[in-house]
Amino acid sequence: MRRVAILGAAQTRFEACKASLAYNELVYGVVREVLDRTGVPMREIESMVTASQDAYDGKTISGMAINEVVGAYLKSEAKVAADGLQALLYGVARILSGEFDLTLVVAHCKESEGDPAAITGLMFDPFVQRPLHLDELTAAALQARRYCRKKGLAPEDVALVSVKAHRQALKNPYAQRAGMFSVSDVLASPLLADPIHELEAAPRSDGACALLLASEARARAHTDRPVFIIGIGNCTDAYWTERDLAEARALQEAARRAYAMAGIREPAREIHVAEISARYAHEELMAIEALGLHPNLVELIAQERAACINPSGGPLCGNPPTVSGLLRAIEAYAQLSGEAGARQIEGARTALAHGAGGICGQNQTVVILQRE
Amino acid sequence: MPRRVAIIATGQTKHAARRLDVNIAELITEAVTRALQDADLTMRDIDAVLLGNMEPFEGFLFPELWAVEGWGGYMKPSVKFNTGGTVGTTTAIAAYYYVASGIYDTVMAIGFQKQSEGHTQTAITTVGDPIWERSVMAGAIGNFAVMATTYMHESGVTEEQAAKVAVKARRNACLNEYAHLQMPDITVEDVLKSEMLAYPVKRLDMCPQSDGAVAVIFAEESKAQRLAPRPAWIKAVATAHEQQYMGDSPKRLAEMRSLIAASRRAYQAAGITNPRRELDVAEIYEVASFAELAMYENLGFCERGEGGKLIDAGVTELTGELPVNPSGGVLSTNPIGATALIRVAEAALQIMGKAGRRQVEGARTALATGYGGNAWTDILILSREKP
Repeated sequence: MRRVAILGAAQTRFEACKASLAYNELVYGVVREVLDRTGVPMREIESMVTASQDAYDGKTISGMAINEVVGAYLKSEAKVAADGLQALLYGVARILSGEFDLTLVVAHCKESEGDPAAITGLMFDPFVQRPLHLDELTAAALQARRYCRKKGLAPEDVALVSVKAHRQALKNPYAQRAGMFSVSDVLASPLLADPIHELEAAPRSDGACALLLASEARARAHTDRPVFIIGIGNCTDAYWTERDLAEARALQEAARRAYAMAGIREPAREIHVAEISARYAHEELMAIEALGLHPNLVELIAQERAACINPSGGPLCGNPPTVSGLLRAIEAYAQLSGEAGARQIEGARTALAHGAGGICGQNQTVVILQRE
Repeated sequence: MPRRVAIIATGQTKHAARRLDVNIAELITEAVTRALQDADLTMRDIDAVLLGNMEPFEGFLFPELWAVEGWGGYMKPSVKFNTGGTVGTTTAIAAYYYVASGIYDTVMAIGFQKQSEGHTQTAITTVGDPIWERSVMAGAIGNFAVMATTYMHESGVTEEQAAKVAVKARRNACLNEYAHLQMPDITVEDVLKSEMLAYPVKRLDMCPQSDGAVAVIFAEESKAQRLAPRPAWIKAVATAHEQQYMGDSPKRLAEMRSLIAASRRAYQAAGITNPRRELDVAEIYEVASFAELAMYENLGFCERGEGGKLIDAGVTELTGELPVNPSGGVLSTNPIGATALIRVAEAALQIMGKAGRRQVEGARTALATGYGGNAWTDILILSREKP
């Protein structure tokens, strides 16, 4: 089978409100940067996959507004209305099919332009659940409570995730929120939906990111040390009211598929760095467990190795939905290509990127990347 | 060299203005069950499911995840696409690439829309740029009226010729048990006398709004040969986009740049030099009667300005040289998230010899198109012969 590599990537700085830029301008910025960094001219790119949501863009077929800036005029572009890591999966499929040597993958979202509670409220069953005014946050709070009860986790355990994330984000120039917070700072931050505090939830955020995928031959002509995508997995769970929210079965299955493809048997040892799409602190713990990254959660959080999980700070430090999954792959690529600057994990050779979509992570994606 | 991929089964719902008997999940189940029965498969045989839907029409975010029980997606890989009118073909083309890539062997593509549960034209109004276009472009009809007048001016096509397309579609639909608008007695007069929506587009020149779903199963070569007596092989796929602003493509229907680019790329990949002679049947995404005539020209079925003559001569009738939309087309059935995938399903049915009363005898090569968004195009060419 052909292999797929990442040639280059770019991201915006994430901010609460990028009022001076429309979303197509955000996308133009990251696409331009990918072209400049890789030196690949747009005329050589025949295939594009984008990820965005009409509901956030406030526009039906919102992909229309970015087709030109991703260079898709008279070319083949498709938009996934899903997490950005799903766009990467489709990009991989396009290259493995043999029809394209290059595929540009792009994701954007401006949470500032809408009301996240109203938008995420549209994920809920319209007949019985919408009258309850549920949204992503309140559903996550129910999950956090259920998960912590089942696993015997204290509020302080979950708060540690936030402490670590914001500390690590101090080294990430693209992060929206960073700082040296203590557990008591986290637990003293405003309660958004019991038990989730403000510092335990991803802040409202605007931004975009892009990466360029290439066939193995094309990548070898471009660099001596290509970063390959060696495993992918995706899985869909039951609707949130039809499953135990303390379990992450879909993530376990997505990981099983990705590990099998990548030949990984002991993830805790073989994965050197992991970027996880946790929009809420408890989700990071759930993911670490489901991905088999460490046998003892609470122990891990206190350990040095915890730095290898979301060295960027992750979505808690500000990445909007849709963007967050693709950005995890971009951060993993930065680690493997040695471009992660102050947040670099030394010696990382194999990395994991995780993305999620739907209520309480109903759809899960895992991608394994490896530097040659 | 990509792996060979074929369509091995299709299933459709009965399409209608209002399917009050089912919810979205149940609507999808109807199509999925028929597709599985068509190939004698169960969901256990399906590796992954790709879905197409325009969720703003029903006011949803991730409607497919709410409806997951309806399509058997539990513990399976899945992803949803959203590209406007093309979304069905976007999903079909993605299914092709996923199988060709070797990631999955068997993929089900699903398109669904329950327009009766939302307000489609309100959502379509937000397609326009909020500053430059939204205040002057309301819904799909005004857009097509502008295109149709431009096209009439450029090609000399008449309202009567467009009306003939509308008549052909609704009569063909009578041979299709799944079609929404079946009008056996419709005449050119009826179309011309129907309510003027926006000159020159009259009510019967336009597609309806429908509730419906479709499922199409794609498989790699060895499975396809084992599971289908006569698979519909994917010979070529192509996509081409247009510029965002209407003002950047002034000729619109008269010169459909994305349709020209995508079709020529697909013809070349499929080794087709004379589409009118080498294609046996076409299922095209004709949103309005005028558009079908323009598409004849831009697809190279005839010379520029000859679209009207083609319908006058009966070339595209079910019994003609190149039947176009024997299913009744979009003018008869339009559940938007499913519409373009229905074109693919109908083209596949023709190749597989399963099109019943609308079967084009001996069809060996079929074209399916999707049209949407900002005048962009998807093309698939299906064949009885392996690529």
